[in-house]
Amino acid sequence: MAAVAHEAHGHHDDHGHHEESFVSKYIFSQDHKMIGKQFLLTAVFMGVVAMLLSILFRIQLAWPGESSDFLSFFLGEKWAPGGVLSEDMYLGLVTIHGTIMVFFLLTGGLSGTFSNLLIPLQVGARDMASGFLNMLSYWFFFISSVLMFCSLFIETGPAMAGWTIYPPLSALPQAVQGSGLGMTLWLASMTVFIASSLIGSLNYIVTILNLRTKGMAMTRMPLTIWAFFVTAILGVLSFPVLLSAALLLMMDRLAGTSFYLSDIIVSGEMLTNHGGSPILYQHLFWFLGHPEVYIVLLPALGLSSEVIATNSRKPIFGYRAMIGSIMAIGFLSFIVWAHHMFVTGMNPFLGSVFVFTTLLIAIPSAVKVFNYLTTLWKGSIVFTPAMLFAIGLVSTFITGGVTGIILADAALDISIHDTYFVVAHFHVVMGLSAVFGMFAGVYHWFPKMYGRVMNTRLGYAHFWITIIGAYGVFFPMHFVGLAGAPRRYYDYTVYGEFDSGSLEQMMDLNVIITVFAMIAATGQLLFLFNFFYSIFRGPVSPQNPWNSTTLEWTTPVEHVHGNWPGELPTVHRWPYDYSKPGSDVDFIPQDVPLAEGEEEH
Amino acid sequence: MVTKLVILAVIILGVIAIAQMMRVYELSSKLRKTGEHEISNRDNRLNAKMMLGFMFVLFGGFIWLMLKYGWVGRGSAASVHGHDLDWLLNVNFVIIIAVFFLTNFLLFFYAYKYVKRPGVKAYYFPHDNRLEMAWTVVPAVVLAVIIIFGLREWNQATDEAAPEAIRVELFSKQFAWVARYSGMDNKLGKFDYKLTQEAETPNELALMTTETIDLAIEEMENGVTGMKALEAELNNQEIMISPEERSKKTTDLRRKESLIRLLYQMKKRHVTTLDALAYDDIIQKDTLYLCKNKEYEFNFRSKDVIHSAYFPHFRAQMNTVPGLTTRFKFTPDKSTAEMRVERNDENFEYILMCNKICGGSHYKMKMFVVVLEEEDYNAWMEPKMNGVKDLDGNWTVKPSTFHVALHPELYENKKVEEVEVEVADSIPAE
Ligand code: HEM
Ligand SMILES: [Cu+2]
Ligand SMILES: [Cu+2]
Repeated sequence: MAAVAHEAHGHHDDHGHHEESFVSKYIFSQDHKMIGKQFLLTAVFMGVVAMLLSILFRIQLAWPGESSDFLSFFLGEKWAPGGVLSEDMYLGLVTIHGTIMVFFLLTGGLSGTFSNLLIPLQVGARDMASGFLNMLSYWFFFISSVLMFCSLFIETGPAMAGWTIYPPLSALPQAVQGSGLGMTLWLASMTVFIASSLIGSLNYIVTILNLRTKGMAMTRMPLTIWAFFVTAILGVLSFPVLLSAALLLMMDRLAGTSFYLSDIIVSGEMLTNHGGSPILYQHLFWFLGHPEVYIVLLPALGLSSEVIATNSRKPIFGYRAMIGSIMAIGFLSFIVWAHHMFVTGMNPFLGSVFVFTTLLIAIPSAVKVFNYLTTLWKGSIVFTPAMLFAIGLVSTFITGGVTGIILADAALDISIHDTYFVVAHFHVVMGLSAVFGMFAGVYHWFPKMYGRVMNTRLGYAHFWITIIGAYGVFFPMHFVGLAGAPRRYYDYTVYGEFDSGSLEQMMDLNVIITVFAMIAATGQLLFLFNFFYSIFRGPVSPQNPWNSTTLEWTTPVEHVHGNWPGELPTVHRWPYDYSKPGSDVDFIPQDVPLAEGEEEH
Repeated sequence: MVTKLVILAVIILGVIAIAQMMRVYELSSKLRKTGEHEISNRDNRLNAKMMLGFMFVLFGGFIWLMLKYGWVGRGSAASVHGHDLDWLLNVNFVIIIAVFFLTNFLLFFYAYKYVKRPGVKAYYFPHDNRLEMAWTVVPAVVLAVIIIFGLREWNQATDEAAPEAIRVELFSKQFAWVARYSGMDNKLGKFDYKLTQEAETPNELALMTTETIDLAIEEMENGVTGMKALEAELNNQEIMISPEERSKKTTDLRRKESLIRLLYQMKKRHVTTLDALAYDDIIQKDTLYLCKNKEYEFNFRSKDVIHSAYFPHFRAQMNTVPGLTTRFKFTPDKSTAEMRVERNDENFEYILMCNKICGGSHYKMKMFVVVLEEEDYNAWMEPKMNGVKDLDGNWTVKPSTFHVALHPELYENKKVEEVEVEVADSIPAE
């Protein structure tokens, strides 16, 4: 898919300043802009797959046991006998949906695309520190995507232990069929993915630290770069821990070790493993897992900071506080992981410590929200599609953030842990916010990627359908969870046996949720169409379409190697001089020297 | 097949329709001569209004959901600590709902109010220390309150159970729950997973007594799939075994060889006085009966993968982890009958669900829970512990203890005195 798209767009914008072969320009490219686009296209493909999977299992949840042509069309007799989704495949779909969304769309896709595209352009560098490693990072990502995608098609089905793949379920093929080859592929794919992420992150860090152009002090970097920087550090520190968790699991599966296994009898077989701890896996997993949620979120916040400042025509409020919050969130995200484990039987005192640290993280999050609000206040807001999505992000970040406070309260978490309330929380705060941030980024920087502008009206329609669909899906889901519905259940009609009141509520809400999910998914067709159509036929963009101050808009529309045809620009001011008093234009690019008597912000 | 074609046709037609619309739109915008990136005042104002409109839809939708579904499924708590937790949950909800309304209101209202107006310049306002201080300190104070209340409840909920709390074990396996009451002595018998026998045999829960150790050794050595049988099969030249089959059997044999050593060690170390702890335990499937207003300490175990014991109505949950015993305590304080009246649903039952993904039938893994008034509970429990005898001293109801399951022959109807002597003999003094 990705390859096809590259080929296809070989027709335009090769006015050939350099004689480059097709392969080195579009496939094994070492140019950061091209690599960014490769990440984006691969992630879009994976995102579409994951979204389709979610529609498939939502059909089962809304109309349990009813035959559906849609299901048999995609899953065939094996996994949807008679058009009814099989129990095992339900778990497989949920697992791969979660994995792709979190890792492939929102980590690889979001960081990969925008860190690559924007870091050199916004700090004023000719390219990444290592073009070769950067290329490698993409191709590892590509391979891991292929592996994950292929695991959907094997005989015993994909991994079925949930995206968190807790052992022993994920370690024992006897426990569920997806823990056979499917899980092996999952682990292989993630191992390659982690390699990709590490190489990429190291490259981002080195580039930001070493290749800033003259005048680009750390405190003059746009917040996007700060966000990418902290994200990359989080990745470098936490992904290796996931790798070790995965390797130990691999060993338990293949080499007969007992890191996570103890005293188990599964389908009549008495295993000899003794002394391991499944809880150890959870500690390792969440030591990555929690920073991971910020790896997903921070880039989205960074992108939207830029979009909101530009389109409010105001400096982002509290620039230094924003940097401080990003760093505080980054730091705190390493010491909160066990809030995912309050009911694993861990020491209650330890639980208290994690309650405390978790609630601390709400403070920098709140600061960010208030700063966004103040940025809008008395602005002169231009509603580009990117701006709409950025505002949507702030809304979902608030709505999802506040429910985190409930979950962080260990006492309350006892009764809502692993219910749909949690599912609603993290979809709103992480899923929606990051997706909105990503869309904002795509609409805003599309001109930088393809030299053209996406269609605005379709963008509007896309946004309104998406936000209505998204809230329509996840608002009701909180109430399903408050009623106590466990997550990862194939069929909630079991409630009929003991509580008909809850059953009725759940079935009502599940239908509402699925209908909104279908609406939202259909809305994404507008985006896909707009995206691909605009690559080829969109109106050509001027150099600085949004009247922005940052350096990427000082590069020519036609991509050139080394980004700037002549000398690198010199930076004289911070990136947020919008509507500065005393200036007759409402934006002053970073490379404009201070006027006589002008003070830096 | 037809539907597949229809689906494809719809997709193709949809794409063509959008393409046509785009073309028309492109032509019209060429006429207008403005770039795609320049947003017209009309579009700006339209979106500003949509922002405000959306806010009302969002708030309206939330309020509607809250009123209609807010507490329906959850219902009121049925345990002592559950009431406190629900109070705390409500306090937290009041706080977060206020924040939700306030900040979302400001967001959408500002988006609406400060839309670009020709000739009006944005207000340059890069930072303000006092404001920033305020919205760091205020959340911090609110959170401090939340933390203090929260930890108080957390500490109470997870504190050790009182010594007199009734001990009950909940054993989880793919895909069912089994309960074990601790019986007269209120002490649960010891267990070891290596003693596990097939389901539907007395020692499914792997309780450790002198006989169960011997039983396990016997079965591992001489059972149908015991070591002797395996060895014989592997060495038999007459029968063909496929290579996979052979390697599977060899692994199985290896495994049993290492397990049997451990079993012999266990036998050597076992102290017979421990047997009594297990003998009076009562194993109970399908339905868990609890006594109102009695504190329970549940001990959780798992046979295979992680499960989670989730009692939504008692606001209780704890994972069950293979190789580890976890605990949770609560005191039910509303009987099933009372809850049925309260909920106006005569078929309502309390439930224990599995709340950790554990395989294909995860969603079906549950156990009914019935809370009885003390009198009714005793009437149910008493015969389980002691059985019932008629005037001749014959059992009309045998006790349901582990001892009975292990030694049914001892409880055949005989003269009372005989039985009592035999039973007394077979239970070692503590
Ligand atoms: C105010 C800030 C936040 C707090 C206090 C908070 C708290 C929590 C807690 C305690 C849980 C565990 C709940 C449970 O499993 O029972 C949780 C789950 C989760 N949170 Fe948050 N959260 C916050 C913000 C975020 C953000 C910003 C993200 C993402 C960017 C996020 C993503 C997630 C995810 C993915 C899960 C669920 C993981 C799973 O079980 O599959 N949270 N959150
Ligand atoms: Cu977390
Ligand atoms: Cu389960």
